[in-house]
Amino acid sequence: MDSQITLRVDGAAHPLAVDTRTTLLDALRERLRITSPKKGCDHGQCGACTVLLDGRRVNSCLVLAVTVGDAEVTTSDGLAVDDVPHALHRSFVEHDAFQCGYCTPGQVCSAAGILAEARAGWPSAVTPDVAADTVELTDDEIRERMSGNLCRCAAYANIVPAVADVARAEGVRR
Amino acid sequence: MRGRSGHSGPSVSTDAGTRPATTATTTPGRIGDSPLRPDGTLKVTGEFAYASDLWHDDMVWGVTLRSPHPHARIRGIDITEALTVPGVTAVLTADDVPGENAFGLEHADQPVLAVEFVRYEGEPVALVAADHPETARRAAARIRVEYEVLPAVTDPRHAMDDDAPAVHRPGNLVRHLQLRRGDQSVTAPVVVSLDVEVGMQDQAFLGPESGLAVPAEDGGVDLYVATQWLHVDQRQMCLALGMPPEKVRLHLAGVGGAFGGREDLSVHVHASLLALRTGKPVKMSYSREESFFGHVHRHPAWLTYEFGAERDGTLVYARARVLLDGGAYASSTAAVVGNAGTLGLGPYRIPNVAVDAYGVFTNNPPCGAMRGFGCVQAAFAHEALMDELADAVGLDPVTVRQRNGMREGDRNITGQLIDSAAPVAELLQIVADLPLPPQRDADADLRALPGSVGNTTHGEGVVRGVGYAVTYKNIGFSEGFDDYSTARVRLEMTGGEAVATVHTAAAEVGQGLITVEQQICRTELGVERVVVHPKNTAVGSGGSTSASRQTYVTGGAVQAACVAVRDVVLARAAASLGREVSQLRLDGEKIVGASGEVLTGLAEVLGEDAVEETREYRHRPTHAIDPETGQGDAHVQFAFSAHRAVVDVDVELGLVKVVALDTAQDVGKAINPDAVVGQIHGGSAQGMGLALMEEIVVTDGHVRNPSFTDYLIPTILDMPPMQVKVLEYADPHAPYGVRGVGEPPTISSGPAVAAAVRAACGRPLRRVPIRPEHITGT
Repeated sequence: MDSQITLRVDGAAHPLAVDTRTTLLDALRERLRITSPKKGCDHGQCGACTVLLDGRRVNSCLVLAVTVGDAEVTTSDGLAVDDVPHALHRSFVEHDAFQCGYCTPGQVCSAAGILAEARAGWPSAVTPDVAADTVELTDDEIRERMSGNLCRCAAYANIVPAVADVARAEGVRR
Repeated sequence: MRGRSGHSGPSVSTDAGTRPATTATTTPGRIGDSPLRPDGTLKVTGEFAYASDLWHDDMVWGVTLRSPHPHARIRGIDITEALTVPGVTAVLTADDVPGENAFGLEHADQPVLAVEFVRYEGEPVALVAADHPETARRAAARIRVEYEVLPAVTDPRHAMDDDAPAVHRPGNLVRHLQLRRGDQSVTAPVVVSLDVEVGMQDQAFLGPESGLAVPAEDGGVDLYVATQWLHVDQRQMCLALGMPPEKVRLHLAGVGGAFGGREDLSVHVHASLLALRTGKPVKMSYSREESFFGHVHRHPAWLTYEFGAERDGTLVYARARVLLDGGAYASSTAAVVGNAGTLGLGPYRIPNVAVDAYGVFTNNPPCGAMRGFGCVQAAFAHEALMDELADAVGLDPVTVRQRNGMREGDRNITGQLIDSAAPVAELLQIVADLPLPPQRDADADLRALPGSVGNTTHGEGVVRGVGYAVTYKNIGFSEGFDDYSTARVRLEMTGGEAVATVHTAAAEVGQGLITVEQQICRTELGVERVVVHPKNTAVGSGGSTSASRQTYVTGGAVQAACVAVRDVVLARAAASLGREVSQLRLDGEKIVGASGEVLTGLAEVLGEDAVEETREYRHRPTHAIDPETGQGDAHVQFAFSAHRAVVDVDVELGLVKVVALDTAQDVGKAINPDAVVGQIHGGSAQGMGLALMEEIVVTDGHVRNPSFTDYLIPTILDMPPMQVKVLEYADPHAPYGVRGVGEPPTISSGPAVAAAVRAACGRPLRRVPIRPEHITGT
């Protein structure tokens, strides 16, 4: 069964008819040809398809397109404003926080998500004070929160400082 | 050009997450610097086009129907029902392969589409093209294949038995490498031995196999594909498609990791067949599950080793038997046997040696190349046995290895002279001297325990262990292979600026080859702007992106082409200036005299012309080994690395936390220090993965865990902090003194982790990956 929806992606509205079983990832990649989110497993195991839904990170392969509604979908590409790379983009490049790069748009979206989580004071399994108003993104916090994004090239040692630099600049890390 | 470090020196080192500390200066963007990746911004935003991102407005989707049986006879294939599915544009079987229905890296023994028999679960049987991938999958499900299931050979230890069914005629032996050196009857006062088993590892690159085949007006095809070696793909495709190379053009699409798993063909011929049949562009893209069936894996291995030594630990002899499960088709099994046999005793001086290495056919998934290529499996055995020897003679693990460690000027077990640095003892000393992580605080939070919050104890069963391993690996292709790369370099003025364009077919898979190509051009030509031409078969072969060889061999070709271009430019300048060529240099877009004075501009010399030169580079020839003795100069270069692993093991729950994984490696010359450290991080992670978590479980020929839920690869939480120490002992035989980097870390990290777990739990642990029940003995 097809359903008429409008996906708001990276600031643009895209009306389209989708089979109701279509994932957000497939709608983005195969219908709208927005290929910034990658398909690594299609089962929510690898994180390569991570996008932001109203600022919260999700595995887009586990979200049905018809459930997105009016939420704003942001891909890594959409984090760049007027072709100016996002601070996370620059930091990942400068820290060489990737090799093949396939997982990287997902890593970047995930990192953008955890910056917002820290600002909002969302605790993780390693947060010392779960009642605090904000969370400091220590290395442990970054690793814990980024652990859903696999990197087979194992650029992990560079991902942590790439995220940490931006966290510091945004005031969620000393 | 913006560089990150901007300087370099005789050695680089880094602690986790910090930039390499360097001591001398170098020019930004050139050799020794770590300039930013030219494809970096595209990769982080996601605009970079991986093979799975390709699109053509008229394209249809191709899918593969695969065998559900490890071994069966095909009695018949009925495609009529599949053809009736609306949206289907083609259904192909073996009858539709126009050329020879065979491919293979070293032997063309694998059908493009199965004929009469299927020999492993997942073997391609038929293809479907349709206007939607789901339509194609449903149509494929309607293909009726009548199978007669046959007895399967699934235990490689019995593959050579007289009564074992033959996977291929004449039998199930792919290669037996026999190596004999020294006195075969020698005895020793101390004898240690063991049996080791290594499970099947998957490359698990995150970007599954994908390609887009576009039919061309000349009747040929253009294939855009993620691969490691465009030209060896092209050769195999020409055979199967029955077309000459000029009609089979390959273009490198973005590669989402490789690690050996893209050396063999995947979608290549299939997508091309469908494109040629339908007249439409055809995209194929495997799911994660299909990817587990769509490429070769690391060979599982069974190893029996014995060392004889003097009472002071000095090795007298070694005897080894290595069995590798090659699976259903040959792929690169023979070469993997070559490595396991010729390098399988590790970087040690051993005067008397007997090695027998076997690769066999079974009805298990085909195995072939993966990072470390035959040395990985053997290292688990020789390093475990070194620790046994240390115990037997009362030495510590570092000293026993140093006492036997190979040195420059030694001969290895094939009799080959080690004619450049072999710093085995030094590498071990470096990792032994690195600071150890602090002891675990007994009151530490639950999250610091092995298993983290999954740990149900208070840590009373947690024991720390430390383990060491050292290895060496051949760089480049061995045993007489004509291993070369081609580079075309063009220099011209564009918009008032000198621009060099470098064109090779050598695959960038994330290791940073294109950055290295730019660095070499800048260094040799003294220009800032270097364009990397898209990789394709319009230039000669760049050889394989494997065997840690591209910086060496393609780097050598780029250097040679640059030198040729520079020679032309300087000859022109010399003629117009009336000077000797030998008195001129090219730097900063200027022709410079002997004392550094600017004589003229590159713009004046070049004018409107472009200077373009193409060169091939070959490393020193290697040679076949003697079939009786295994003796010979089989390899061109050796690279050495050592690891020290520190683990906390909960010996009651069988859980392991790797606390530290420190390493030292000689890279000859760090062309790009950041990329070197990145390779060492990545390689170490994959070795650790094999030691602790990564295994394709195959029972009765069936893969039981083709998903990332059940096939585990290290996450950011699994990777411990790493101290990385890089030595730069230039190899005088290699361009710039480089030594291959990518593979050694994968070889020595796993055995170090295994040794650390053994030290903690006191059990022999003769199988990897180590499972909780091995640690607890339950």
